Amino acid sequence: MTKKYARASRPSIEDINVSIDKGEFVFFIGPTGAGKSTIIKLLLREETPDKGKIWVNDKEVVAMRSWRVPAFRRSLGCVFQDFRLLPTRTAAENVAFALEVIGKSKAVARRVVPEVLELVGLGGKEHRYPHELSGGEQQRVAIARAFVNRPLVLLADEPTGNLDPDTSVEIMRLLDRINRTGTTIVMVAHDSNIVNQMRRRVIEMEGGHVVRDQSRGVYG
Amino acid sequence: MRAKYVLSEVLVGLWRNVTMTIAMIVTMAVSLAMLGASLLLYFQVSDMEDYYYTKLEVSIFFDKEATQPQIDAVRAELESDPLIAELKFETKDEAYNRFREMFKEAPDLVNAAQPESLPASFRVKPTDPDNSQALIEKYKAKDGVANVVDQRKVLEKIFEIFGGMQKLALVIAIVQGLAALLLVANTIQVAAFSKRREVAIMKLVGASNWFVQAPFVLEAVFAGIIGAIMAYLTLIGVKIFIIDGTFKSLFQSTVLTPIPWSNVHLMFPILAGIAGVVSAVTGWITLRFQIKV
Repeated sequence: MTKKYARASRPSIEDINVSIDKGEFVFFIGPTGAGKSTIIKLLLREETPDKGKIWVNDKEVVAMRSWRVPAFRRSLGCVFQDFRLLPTRTAAENVAFALEVIGKSKAVARRVVPEVLELVGLGGKEHRYPHELSGGEQQRVAIARAFVNRPLVLLADEPTGNLDPDTSVEIMRLLDRINRTGTTIVMVAHDSNIVNQMRRRVIEMEGGHVVRDQSRGVYG
Repeated sequence: MRAKYVLSEVLVGLWRNVTMTIAMIVTMAVSLAMLGASLLLYFQVSDMEDYYYTKLEVSIFFDKEATQPQIDAVRAELESDPLIAELKFETKDEAYNRFREMFKEAPDLVNAAQPESLPASFRVKPTDPDNSQALIEKYKAKDGVANVVDQRKVLEKIFEIFGGMQKLALVIAIVQGLAALLLVANTIQVAAFSKRREVAIMKLVGASNWFVQAPFVLEAVFAGIIGAIMAYLTLIGVKIFIIDGTFKSLFQSTVLTPIPWSNVHLMFPILAGIAGVVSAVTGWITLRFQIKV
């Protein structure tokens, strides 16, 4: 996956030129307002840069026609700080939703969903509703949903932001496992501990610019 | 497939904003009922025109004191007149008998009339029914002729009234239709807004626009069809209670042809179709502005 050169509307980021390869695990770190979340939005094509191009999985995202975007998003997985689960559906149904949207049959869902929930460590909790799950468990459901279609790229926007330190570590272990299956992970992070523990590629941003890009980096 | 699920979602959605749903359905029903009435009247008038225009005649009424020579003179002229296609003579007695037959339900009226009250007349079919004016002028001036009446002109007045009623119904239909459209748009906006979290998540996960929009559009279409059903039942009610009820005698007299049931039943698919399409299109357009990729 490659990303070049983007400049967003209220210049929240400027002149970024970044290239991320398949299977990498990359942290985007920096103070609030540095433009980290904008990167995720650009990758999802929730916003488009004023100038520049973005390639994800060999597809140029900026020039993509609007109606192709939903299909493009299906090839990514994303996880957010606020979990973003559908409150009126159970854990299993939330994960199945990602399959529904692709048009997979109920039979496929019945087979695949328990597997992936098992993978994220939520074995017996398929029928719980989000409000019946802890923060960590909800995030696991979100990760399961992001992962169920085996995307090539998984985006994570401060996934541990609402979680306590121990749970955060568990979530990071899960993401690490997912990364080892070959999924590229791009994560925006605030938490120095996590970044330091994992020692992966770190791209530091400040005021909309990249100030550091280190292969096995630590926070600050 | 997931029809039951989709249907239940649609019903839940409609119920959540029940007052708005009711408003939407009622305005649609009124609009569609007016449209249906307007269409029925239109068909009716066309029917009547077809039925009557071949039968209508110009009647040349004689004075009560008209003499036989005068009548014969007029007959001679009529027979040789190229403007006349057919002619028939009705004597006073024949006129009286016909009068008694037509108004047999009103015995008082019949008793008040004498055989001499009704004039003899020639019932004439002009070759050119649209241009009877010349004919009328010509024969009005003859001796013994009291009056020449083009039955068509009489009926035209009635047709004008129906035409007016039809246009009025159409205007009401359009105005109500606009109100209904606005209500549909508003209801859909409110529904989409109240489900914006779900919609956002659906978009994130890559649901296609259609997948996201479908439940809302279906809500509108469903309400539209219910409105059409209500309109259809209203028209049936009108047919039963007004046309075949209170005004039955009016419709059974020789002037108005009865409105057949088949026309009324035809209204249902037409109204439902219009309601469905209009709701769907309105819904889709409204959502395009709400739900951007």
